[in-house]
Amino acid sequence: MGMAGATGSSRDSADMAFVDGNELAGALGEIFAVDVTVARGRCAGCGRESAVAETVVYSRSPGLVARCPGCESVLLRVVRGRDRAWLDLRGVTCVEFSLPDTE
Amino acid sequence: MTDLALRRLTWRVATVLEVRPEGAEARTLVLDVPDWPGHRPGQHVDVRLTAEDGYTAQRSYSIASAADGSTVELTVQALADGEVSSYLVGIAEPGDRFELRGPVGGYFTWDPEDPSPVLLVGGGSGLVPLMSMIRVRAAEGSRVPFRLIYSTRDPQTAFYPGELLRRVRDDHGLDVTLVYTRAVPEGWPRPPGRLDARTLTEAGWPADFAPSCFVCGPTGFVEVVANLLVAAGHAPQRVKTERFGPSR
Repeated sequence: MGMAGATGSSRDSADMAFVDGNELAGALGEIFAVDVTVARGRCAGCGRESAVAETVVYSRSPGLVARCPGCESVLLRVVRGRDRAWLDLRGVTCVEFSLPDTE
Repeated sequence: MTDLALRRLTWRVATVLEVRPEGAEARTLVLDVPDWPGHRPGQHVDVRLTAEDGYTAQRSYSIASAADGSTVELTVQALADGEVSSYLVGIAEPGDRFELRGPVGGYFTWDPEDPSPVLLVGGGSGLVPLMSMIRVRAAEGSRVPFRLIYSTRDPQTAFYPGELLRRVRDDHGLDVTLVYTRAVPEGWPRPPGRLDARTLTEAGWPADFAPSCFVCGPTGFVEVVANLLVAAGHAPQRVKTERFGPSR
């Protein structure tokens, strides 16, 4: 993913200081056996369903925080320690994973 | 190619084989990662550097190359205050090693089995995962029509200029449109300016072709382009996005 070069002025404002749920692929990939970025979660706040990759992610605070693209409430938090990880999923009511029978 | 067995994703050691300058402040690193399981075009890796005192810094970088045994290429843009990028672009040399985790990311990937035409829109280093898709298309001998719109500051900052020209000539079915936002080459038909709805219409695919759209770059760029595509009639679920964060 990396951090990109400048493309112009008014798009660089502080309210663009976020990334998306693609950023969670590594941290969640250590925990889940399937790719989580394509999993779809339902926001406990507004009921909106989004793919994890489409969530709004701020990585400034300790750990990663993913917010609903609709209402901005926190969907999940993941913090990685030396030999453990903490996952807080209270902001989603349900996550749907694609598990095909054969590949 | 990608290993789907129940195996936990863990950190591996990558060794730098070769480095090549890209654009003005960027670099391609060719890495050897033993037992690399392969990767899909558009996926990324996490890179972790550890200082002698145990301090670690970690960032994500898109894979630039098509899967090729244990070789993985990253193209990294240096940021002024970038902890990891300043090392990768300014200091790392062949023989150096660091930790790498991946491949990850199944959302922002192109499936060569999908016959839909593809629209790629990249801003700055957002071109990197799109380049992986272009390279895989060529490696597979795919006939899927691809259109790339690449926005960059000026000719000096462009990544892979020679390779893009060569692929337009040789790969059959790849169109590339460059958008320069600050300074244009001599004789360029347009003044510098941002990617707008007109360019997306002229250089992209009509919405009723139902293309797969991939938009990558700084967050502001992605927000504007994704909104323009949806406003032009592309279904939101056909527009995949990857945001790299604020520009500077």
